[in-house]
Amino acid sequence: MTLLCLRVHRSAGVSAAPIPAILTQSDLLGSHLDLAAEMIHSLFLINHSGDIFLEKHWKSVIGRSVCDYFFEAKEKAVDPENVAPVLQTPHHYLISIYRGKLFFLSVIQTEVPPLFVIEFLHRVADTIQDYFGECSEGIIKDNVVTVYELLEEMLDNGFPLATESNVLKEMIRPPTILRTVVNTLTGGSNVGDTLPTGQLSSVPWRRAGVKYTNNEAYFDVIEEIDAILDKSGTTVFAEIQGVVEACVRLTGMPDLTLSFMNPRLLDDVSFHPCVRFKRWESERVLSFIPPDGNFTLMNYHVSTQNLVAIPVWVKQSISFFETGPCGRLDITVGPKQTMGKTVESLKVSIHMPKTVVSANLTATQGNYTYDLATKVLVWDIGKLNPQKLPNLRGSVSTQTGAPKPEDNPSLNIDLKIQQLAISGLKVSRLDMYGEKYKPFKGVKYLTKAGKFQVRT
Amino acid sequence: MSRFSLQIHCEASLILTPEGTLIRWENRQFGSKMTDSKYFTTTKKGEIFELKAELNSDKKEKKKEAVKKVIASMTVGKDVSALFPDVVNCMQTDNLELKKLVYLYLMNYAKSQPDMAIMAVNTFVKDCEDPNPLIRALAVRTMGCIRVDKITEYLCEPLRKCLKDEDPYVRKTAAVCVAKLHDINAQLVEDQGFLDTLKDLISDSNPMVVANAVAALSEIAESHPNSNLLDLNPQTINKLLTALNECTEWGQIFILDCLANYTPRDDRESQSICERVTPRLSHANSAVVLSAVKVLMKFMEMLPKDLDYYGTLLKKLAPPLVTLLSAEPELQYVALRNINLIVQRRPEILKHEMKVFFVKYNDPIYVKLEKLDIMIRLASQANIAQVLAELKEYATEVDVDFVRKAVRAIGRCAIKVEQSAERCVSTLLDLIQTKVNYVVQEAIVVIKDIFRKYPNKYESVIATLCENLDSLDEPEARAAMIWIVGEYAERIDNADELLESFLEGFHDESTQVQLQLLTAIVKLFLKKPTETQELVQQVLSLATQDSDNPDLRDRGYIYWRLLSTDPVAAKEVVLAEKPLISEETDLIEPTLLEELICHIGTLASVYHKPPSAFVEGSRGVQHKRLPGSAGSGESVESPDPGSAAGVTEAPPAVIPSQGDLLGDLLNLDLTPPTTTGPPPAPSSGMQLGAMDLLGGGLDSLLGGDLGGSAAMGAGFSAPPATMPASFNAPVSGGLDDLFDLGGGVGMPMGAYSPAKSIWLPAMKAKGLEISGTFARRAGVIQMEMTLTNKAMSVMSDFAIQFNRNSFGLAPAGPLQVLTPVNPNQSIEVSLPLSTVGPVMKMEPLTNLQVAVKNNIDVFYFSCQYPISMLFVEDGKMERQVFLATWKDIPNDNEAQFQIKDCHLNSDAASNKLQGSNVFTIAKRTVEGQDMLYQSTKLTNGIWVLAELRVQAGNPNYTVSLKCRAPEVSQCVFQSYEAMLKN
Repeated sequence: MTLLCLRVHRSAGVSAAPIPAILTQSDLLGSHLDLAAEMIHSLFLINHSGDIFLEKHWKSVIGRSVCDYFFEAKEKAVDPENVAPVLQTPHHYLISIYRGKLFFLSVIQTEVPPLFVIEFLHRVADTIQDYFGECSEGIIKDNVVTVYELLEEMLDNGFPLATESNVLKEMIRPPTILRTVVNTLTGGSNVGDTLPTGQLSSVPWRRAGVKYTNNEAYFDVIEEIDAILDKSGTTVFAEIQGVVEACVRLTGMPDLTLSFMNPRLLDDVSFHPCVRFKRWESERVLSFIPPDGNFTLMNYHVSTQNLVAIPVWVKQSISFFETGPCGRLDITVGPKQTMGKTVESLKVSIHMPKTVVSANLTATQGNYTYDLATKVLVWDIGKLNPQKLPNLRGSVSTQTGAPKPEDNPSLNIDLKIQQLAISGLKVSRLDMYGEKYKPFKGVKYLTKAGKFQVRT
Repeated sequence: MSRFSLQIHCEASLILTPEGTLIRWENRQFGSKMTDSKYFTTTKKGEIFELKAELNSDKKEKKKEAVKKVIASMTVGKDVSALFPDVVNCMQTDNLELKKLVYLYLMNYAKSQPDMAIMAVNTFVKDCEDPNPLIRALAVRTMGCIRVDKITEYLCEPLRKCLKDEDPYVRKTAAVCVAKLHDINAQLVEDQGFLDTLKDLISDSNPMVVANAVAALSEIAESHPNSNLLDLNPQTINKLLTALNECTEWGQIFILDCLANYTPRDDRESQSICERVTPRLSHANSAVVLSAVKVLMKFMEMLPKDLDYYGTLLKKLAPPLVTLLSAEPELQYVALRNINLIVQRRPEILKHEMKVFFVKYNDPIYVKLEKLDIMIRLASQANIAQVLAELKEYATEVDVDFVRKAVRAIGRCAIKVEQSAERCVSTLLDLIQTKVNYVVQEAIVVIKDIFRKYPNKYESVIATLCENLDSLDEPEARAAMIWIVGEYAERIDNADELLESFLEGFHDESTQVQLQLLTAIVKLFLKKPTETQELVQQVLSLATQDSDNPDLRDRGYIYWRLLSTDPVAAKEVVLAEKPLISEETDLIEPTLLEELICHIGTLASVYHKPPSAFVEGSRGVQHKRLPGSAGSGESVESPDPGSAAGVTEAPPAVIPSQGDLLGDLLNLDLTPPTTTGPPPAPSSGMQLGAMDLLGGGLDSLLGGDLGGSAAMGAGFSAPPATMPASFNAPVSGGLDDLFDLGGGVGMPMGAYSPAKSIWLPAMKAKGLEISGTFARRAGVIQMEMTLTNKAMSVMSDFAIQFNRNSFGLAPAGPLQVLTPVNPNQSIEVSLPLSTVGPVMKMEPLTNLQVAVKNNIDVFYFSCQYPISMLFVEDGKMERQVFLATWKDIPNDNEAQFQIKDCHLNSDAASNKLQGSNVFTIAKRTVEGQDMLYQSTKLTNGIWVLAELRVQAGNPNYTVSLKCRAPEVSQCVFQSYEAMLKN
């Protein structure tokens, strides 16, 4: 409101006289390339050091200079992880993801759901991973034409076309040593020439005519504990991210039903499109016709505090002296709620303050390394023996003359527990309908630490 | 294999690195054939030549390899367009891979070689008839991507067939192709009836076809905001909901986004749609989840709150939102930006989920900052202890931005949750003790706000704050500290010394600090007049005489005059009891929030800006609104967009925390407005020197007869004590008078239309000369042209076409030249224009590119239309809306211009402008200056607000324009100038 009252004089802005645009025939009739209303206009793949090594345009070609805005943001963010995923430039939006030390950068010209774009970019990365076993600059360059063909197949005019791995693999076959050799010798092709059967059926994720001599269905229940513990070891926050990964190689059109002993644990789930949601709602069973091969059947989330068991305790003291360039460190780890299982691959990482230059410690078990560049101290413990608790202690030295560090280091814990889903989730049975043979079935459980952090 | 390719990759990259140097990598190893990295190893010279030879090879395999090399070069950004004819020659093949590769190439380069591209047409047409559906689809898909008009013409027939193809795969591809074609040539698509075919596809038996048809129609509808393409009725909605269950995840997103545009007829329909959409919340694709959330958030508005289902739905919304936060960080970021909106609209959904927003050490910074913001929004008495403990933890982290925001967050907690204030203050004091410079400064800024919220409660900490005076180097912190000293001057023994110490470097301070220092010293003076007379004189003269900052100077004069004429009033004003600041200082304005809720999941929701702010591609702004709720006993939605904010709850009274700078002066702003008429002569007092200013008024102040002097300044009609806490309220009182102009503006005159100018000289158009202008008559934009035939032969068969332009101008009918134009004959034509054509931002904004055809040739020219042609008749804004909008548009969007040598008085100017649909909403006169507040609406819904200042006797006007799309300001200004001077 003050605006209406306290007016101040400012010098008037004078703008340059408009220059009439020169028109060519193609400008007028037909090619309005500047305002294409598609969703994803272009994709650039950029490596860690900022080189563009692949570009794909679904419509007109957009100059690489558009990426300069991204490079600027990348420069500013210092760590590649910190580059904001949505950037605004005068004429475009840049939406990017960071996967496997690569940036997948898409250029957007119109209002588009950003999640849509981000999900799609992750799908591109997943597909590359799936096809070539890894998603890296080297592997993409090695298979550039296949990647290009894949991108063309995945998106048409900015609309996702085929993103299901099964469908894609029928259209563009993934490379194998044998096929590459045969193709090279015979001039064969790795592009399928018939319409993938899954494309249009009501089960687009599965192709018809699948045949196996050994019919098997494996399910891995993997849970990650995300937690923050405070100085005294009290849980500030804890939740479990669970996922059921499946590897199904079954002949024909099997219809599976997977049931749990305690489905009530799961109140927040997201499913692969193959899962029949109605049956889950009414009976709490997973009923589905599975895709062929590896896929993620279900993600779930357990956040009720009392259900989240914390498998280890950490006793730590890290202190820096007011005077003198050093500090003391003493860490002990012990088992807490492990349900009688062994904690393996235990690892503690500590982000030290910037001024710490070296560490002189003794570990009763495992060994430690201090990376001067990243300021991360990693103590690799291995298996946790409840009888003899591992301890790491000693002194750390800081730069001479540097003030006492202000920020407290924070500990990240890594661990694994085999044959345990820490939430207590258990599969009770798997039934198959629609086919006559007897498949081989198996369930594995694994608990891992996700973002597991202890504050000091 | 992996060892092989790894090794090769190393070699390949070795060769790649020295860009441009000539290294030829001849790898005769068998293994090298197995990867594509060989395509990256090319020489600079001779490369094209070699490829050409290989492309024309007789061996099929060699051909394919060559095309692959070409494609690889293309992917790394090299120009291989010179190979166009050779690549196209490879197109006729039965090898599908080769065909696809050639198609890929064609899409990239057809535009640069339109004449060559036509060679490919026959193959396309043939492929569209192929028995293999894959090839039919591929051909129609590729043709749509080739943006060459000659090819486009040939596309229509195959496309028509493919839209009716027996194979759904072909149909769904063809549906997308219609959208592509529309983008190239919208008229053609309409003429050929493809839009109707597309609409029919919504009823297709295959869900994927339905999804693609919806996607294509939505895309087309975006460039035609007024067309009723997606005519949503209960029947189509039902079809969409059925397809929703069966189509792909991407199709589900299109369908959900389309559903969100529908307005259900009643709460029952609303509930039934919600029930059918809810299962989407369990989808693995986060974009599906968020689109479903959008539909539910919108339709929920219609459900009565006492309905059981309403509660159920609220409960169902929380878990999926929480799950989004365990996804990849990029997804989390978008989710958090949207959750920020959702918790503002419906805090109850996530009120128990505070912990999921706790920041993890290794979250990316952009996630951390967003989480912090939401934590504050969710903070309540129930969880405040937890939140504070967290915030204190964050304040010791490494990242400076994050730490600052955490400290600020502690202050916001104190203001939001009264019970926590004491704990917050002591936490802040702890943090000040750390002496970390930026932490101390942030803490002081927020403590100032806490003082404003809880006066006379925590002043005991002032001593601690004063200890840190020297370490403050940021303007905001300095200003905050000065404010505190001035506000509590009577309790700080050495307040004068403290303020004096700031005064030494007065001119080096930022404006913020200068203004604050001025106010603080005046406060001090009013509180302790005897000791500080010298100080106040010093600051007043610094502000008024040595400063060239108009804000500072004006405020200095105001204080000065106030102190000299009526010190009692000065005291009443400057030391007035201030309104308490409200807790939510950064809430999104309710109308904007409603609009953003309708756009959940879009870029608008990430930037928290209305979609109209994305002027690029401004596809006619459709303001989406939440539907009114039914049966819940709430007030009926008002048609007035401004007051609609209050549909569910009254707009919160918000005073921005910085507002206190001027809050003290608020009363001053409300001196009774001078009625319109000849402006009074400038007050002589202002011109006088310092000596006179501190005249009798001060003496009486110093004389100590404060209480006795009951004479209030005539100007101070509103006693400060009654100043309401709402920001709007005190202003409206004063402005009511201002706005009492009503219809007194007089009769509008005719709309402004510039004189005709020559657009197309005869020399450039084989004898056809076109001159013209634009006019707006009875709400219709007319393009008025004079066509002159300066050639020797008769001209006939005229037709006209526009290129896409910023505001979608398009001919509303054909060019009416009924008789041929003889040599040396001129005819006048008037072409009515519509504004529903395709939109593309032009430079300059009002540029219009036109093609005119006659029997001789096609000619092109470009002209500019005055933007006033686009001012619509209903552009008069309600005053309250005007005020709110003016306030709401960020100051960055304001542009100020001068109009020189205009000799109209303000009424005449107002009349003249009204003729062109610039409406004067209010007028007031201050110090002989008339201020006109005006509004204008463009055809695409963009509002432009203006303040026009006219000083009697001064031919120079000043126009300040505020608009959400600041790009238009320049044009609007030009129109102002043209309209006024005409």
